[in-house]
Amino acid sequence: MTSPQSKPYKVIGTRPVRHDGVDKVTGRAVYGSDLQPTGVVYGKIVRSPIAHGRIKSIDTSAAEEVKGVLAVATAADFPHLANKIAELGEGSVNLAHLAANVLAQGKVLYKGHAVAAVAATSPHLAEEAAQLIKVEYEPLPVVTWVLDAMREDAPLLHDDVRTNSMGKKAAKPSNVPTHIHFEMGDVDAAFAKADVIVEREFKTASVHQGYIEPHVSTAHWNQDGHLTVWTSTQGSFTARQQTAELLQIPVSQVTVIPCEIGGGFGGKIAVYFEPVAAILSRKCGRPVKLVMDRDEVFEGTGPTPGSFVRIKLGATKDGKLTAGEAWLAYDAGAFPGGMIGPGCMCVFSCYELPAARVDGYDVLDNKPKTQAYRAPGATQAAFACESVMDELAEKLGIDPIELRLRNAVKEGSRRVDGPTYPRIGFIETLQAAKNSPHWKSPLVGSNRGRGIASGFWFNIGLKSSASAHVNSDGTVSLVEGSTDIGGTRTSVAMQLAETLGIPAEAVQPRVADTDGVGYTDVTGGSRVTFATGLAAHKVGLDIARQMTERAATLWECDPAEVECVDGVYKTNGKSITFQELAGKLQSTGGPVVGRAAVDPEGPSNGFGTHIVDVEVDPETAKVTVLRYTVVQDAGRAIHPGYVEGQMQGGAVQGIGWALNEEYMFDEQGRMQNPNYLDYRMPTALDVPMIETIIVEVPNPAHPFGVRGVGETPIVAPPAAMANAIYRATGTRMRELPMSPPRLWAAMSAKKS
Amino acid sequence: MAQVHIPAAWRDLSGGASVIDVPGKSLRQIIAALDRQFPGMAQRACEGEQIAAGLAVSIDGGLTTRGLLAAVRPDSEIHFLPAIGGG
Amino acid sequence: MGQRIHVTTEINGEHVEFLCEARQSLLEVLRDTLRLTGAKEGCNNGNCGACTVLLDGEPVDSCLVLGVEAEGASITTIEGIAQQAHLHPIQQCFLEGAALQCGICTPGFIMSAKALLDRDPQPSEETIRFQLAGNLCRCTGYDKIVRAVQDAASRLAGSSKNPATSKTSQARATAH
Repeated sequence: MTSPQSKPYKVIGTRPVRHDGVDKVTGRAVYGSDLQPTGVVYGKIVRSPIAHGRIKSIDTSAAEEVKGVLAVATAADFPHLANKIAELGEGSVNLAHLAANVLAQGKVLYKGHAVAAVAATSPHLAEEAAQLIKVEYEPLPVVTWVLDAMREDAPLLHDDVRTNSMGKKAAKPSNVPTHIHFEMGDVDAAFAKADVIVEREFKTASVHQGYIEPHVSTAHWNQDGHLTVWTSTQGSFTARQQTAELLQIPVSQVTVIPCEIGGGFGGKIAVYFEPVAAILSRKCGRPVKLVMDRDEVFEGTGPTPGSFVRIKLGATKDGKLTAGEAWLAYDAGAFPGGMIGPGCMCVFSCYELPAARVDGYDVLDNKPKTQAYRAPGATQAAFACESVMDELAEKLGIDPIELRLRNAVKEGSRRVDGPTYPRIGFIETLQAAKNSPHWKSPLVGSNRGRGIASGFWFNIGLKSSASAHVNSDGTVSLVEGSTDIGGTRTSVAMQLAETLGIPAEAVQPRVADTDGVGYTDVTGGSRVTFATGLAAHKVGLDIARQMTERAATLWECDPAEVECVDGVYKTNGKSITFQELAGKLQSTGGPVVGRAAVDPEGPSNGFGTHIVDVEVDPETAKVTVLRYTVVQDAGRAIHPGYVEGQMQGGAVQGIGWALNEEYMFDEQGRMQNPNYLDYRMPTALDVPMIETIIVEVPNPAHPFGVRGVGETPIVAPPAAMANAIYRATGTRMRELPMSPPRLWAAMSAKKS
Repeated sequence: MAQVHIPAAWRDLSGGASVIDVPGKSLRQIIAALDRQFPGMAQRACEGEQIAAGLAVSIDGGLTTRGLLAAVRPDSEIHFLPAIGGG
Repeated sequence: MGQRIHVTTEINGEHVEFLCEARQSLLEVLRDTLRLTGAKEGCNNGNCGACTVLLDGEPVDSCLVLGVEAEGASITTIEGIAQQAHLHPIQQCFLEGAALQCGICTPGFIMSAKALLDRDPQPSEETIRFQLAGNLCRCTGYDKIVRAVQDAASRLAGSSKNPATSKTSQARATAH
């Protein structure tokens, strides 16, 4: 339904076929590993078999002697980088750490840590040569659980990392690079006003983003010194900058050509392969291609933090929250810079709290360096907070949606970290959930339960550039820099089409390389449809202005006398369509090119509420998802089909996180399940249809009201699932995943 | 004057004060004024000529991308926050 | 490098001969030797289904089949199912139903769906989910994929039902 106030959009809100669709259903789209430049050779990485140790020696001589081996590289081939911080748009990174993650320097910090690389004429040969590289290690004690890593006597990963508490630096080294602390109001006095207080502890395992396409990069260091990199990345410009910084060459010497990308979810922002392929290529003079095996993806790339969270919430009898307290420890893996910041900012982001205190710790341990994963840090926090909300609702005898409505944040609500919200749509999602067919339907049958939970993610703004030119047949070719992971070529092109009053199909979008478009930040933070869409809209305004001038030239009148309605230019009874005018550009002044660069200062604030029905097998503790509904504020759904797709996909990733996915480590810190058979992601058989309700509370900071939608849907599912499992079994699960062995043990413990 | 919310971790420098009115037309001026009033603040907020790594600044609800050059209005509300990214 | 073996086979209706090492998988041969890169490698151990092709009409993970096993067989890949200028109805329904996001798993899903519909033209939702359970998708949550297969089944049966977006359970609400 569309409310009377909303503009009657012609393109926005429709469901055109995506522009890159045919190539993707016919197998013609070119992903990173499909590329085979002339003369390409193949690289292989040597990885650490132990989770923590000092590298005593690396002997590459045997590998180098193999016929067909063209180059070998270790950290010694990279320039020495001091503790230089590079600003990467989406955040900053310590280059020494980034370099040491790409190829280990002196120490290995997790099993799977890259130590050396080899290039050879065939992939099999490269694999065999890699096995001939001999690395001697001095093993060190290992720690993989976040609370163990915080202990005074824990093995220290880095001797130069000291706790930074908002700019205050501790004196001695530790495994805690960052401590975050927020405090608002008189917390102790506010808890004293509560009639009911619930305080609980929660644990979550490390999980992986799980994109189906492994990391892949091909680099060619040309004889003229120019480096070309074809890669699977969420951001070609950040890949270029990281590569240039690690190699200490100017960015102008590097061209990053983004290939189609087979999923990222936050895990394809940091570089792993690009600089290594570049070094190998420089040594052998040929393009070098590196592709990860699936076990390398699990063991060598970004899981998202395992966590420990303690939450305390107080409420009055009539269901008003009085105070909150949260203590969060997230692991960062081998290098500082986990997801604790957003975790702390999101933990109470859905509720108005008169007083609150939050402490958060970023913790080093012997796991791969954690990377962002869809609303990074928010899911772990919501699992804890939304479970406690459910328990509060039960203790107070208040419906769980009603309890949330009584405390929901709205425009003007102050967050625990300080800022106040602009217009947001949380209450609207709760109301829509309450009125949904799902919530209103009865759930019958034994061992079944229904749970709800809500979730929040910021969504970021950041920089996007775009340009477009008008073709003589009335189409417009759009050039943008956001790698397209989920149909964003189309959602961006639709905003240009809407602005110009032409059909979506009349815009031909293209994702350019780093020489073909202005700087554009990563495809991440749910920002592309929002920020690159904003750039496309501004490109449209630029083109429309020029087209107006052309119409005026044609009619020998003042541009101010020309108006444009739905792509038709008019003056004094004369009119001409965009398409007709496009055919007359060459005789009215030449080509029309529009351009825009934007840097909106987000966040666009996305809220969602999820409802789930489960059935738990009392014998095996297997959880079956019977029905699932995602309600989310999209601001304005540009292409509703792909908005629904984000909501459904995020929910199912969250279901996997809730039920099965986890890194299992042995006592030496070695992952025991680095494959899709044992790291159990949801299949089509594990989930039902995912119902969606798109709520549209327009974002005041976007001309069409767009809010990011990609990340919010992963936040609520684990808590919603835990709440449903409780209703089905009477057992409160406070540890993820709620896999059959873990749930069965908890159910059995409760019985006895 | 802009209203600056002092992070809990910095209130040891502000004598416990959590909100302070500070004069300045840019973030650079605001931080300089803060530092004059409470020496040590600039060291927490900045690294050289930049906002410290891992820190973000919210001005009137928007996370500024202009660092110390960000414009501040007389009635602006300013917060120092952990930086966020996204997946 | 091991000795290469000569293999004669049929791919997408064409007579094809190639040389491969005994250790090379069919997926490697298709992608690296024959440059048919529509089949994707997601795991190289038969868990993700991104490399699904039809071998004598049966869906197989081509990473688990050796190149030499193609001898005398008939292979269909994603490149071979569109008819000249026309997409296969399954491809068309994936497009219209927004049943792909990043697209890396899409060729595998379409091939598994084709194998299913060739054998069982009107499968239940349960059957579709079971038959596609060997294909992993990390983006879509499977909803639109299952619907696309249902729609393709209707379309192939010549049904007059509307495609892709006709099903219930998607709603929108506007607030200001």
